[in-house]
Amino acid sequence: MTEKEKTKIMFIMRKSPHGSILAYEGLEAILIMGAFEQEISVVFIDDGVFVLKKEQDTKPLGVKEFSRTFRTLEDYDITNIYADRESLEQRGLSADDLIIPVKVVEAGEITKIMDEQDVLFPF
Amino acid sequence: MKFGILIQDGPYNHEAADSAYNFITAALERGHSIQGIFFYNDGVHNVNKLMDPPQDDRHISKRWSELGAKGIDIVVCIAAAKRRGINKDVIVPNVRISGLGQLLEIAVESDRLITFGAG
Repeated sequence: MTEKEKTKIMFIMRKSPHGSILAYEGLEAILIMGAFEQEISVVFIDDGVFVLKKEQDTKPLGVKEFSRTFRTLEDYDITNIYADRESLEQRGLSADDLIIPVKVVEAGEITKIMDEQDVLFPF
Repeated sequence: MKFGILIQDGPYNHEAADSAYNFITAALERGHSIQGIFFYNDGVHNVNKLMDPPQDDRHISKRWSELGAKGIDIVVCIAAAKRRGINKDVIVPNVRISGLGQLLEIAVESDRLITFGAG
């Protein structure tokens, strides 16, 4: 990789955690890229806010419970983690219901943050 | 412009693989370059050489292989491939299996990364 400034990369998590593999493979991509010392941020929008819901029990579904793994983002210095306020509210959730601390932001602010990115990865 | 391409959906079921292919060929025709193509999620099924569509339909994995033969770097995510049974024995020629670090490199080296088939 050529020497230059850190690339600003944002992951956009829009899907519920277990209805498709997108959230889980999105997490895998975040963790791998987190190891490359780029400037990474993550935003949870729409049903994506459910990905961080506390106390998930996936046993009846027979699928892996991976929400706890988001706690490791801190170890990768990934601290720019956002959740869309309206998406949370529509689903009866607040920041207290989530497994990691997030910055709750308005849609307009998310647009601004996206504009500042070099790369967007939608999941 | 130098484009990076990320394909997240499989072949035939949805249009993503076709849209990506059409985008790439149009971009090349207009003198742009493709930094690399990365297959993630169900996108890894795109390069399965065992696919055998009816003769009057397009052959999606062959099409990718032909683009690879032209020198475009085509990378399949190893983690996504493994869980879907895609390995070096079943992929078409001119594509390679590697890690997500390659996607990062494509994204960093491109002027713009275009994704097809997310969600």
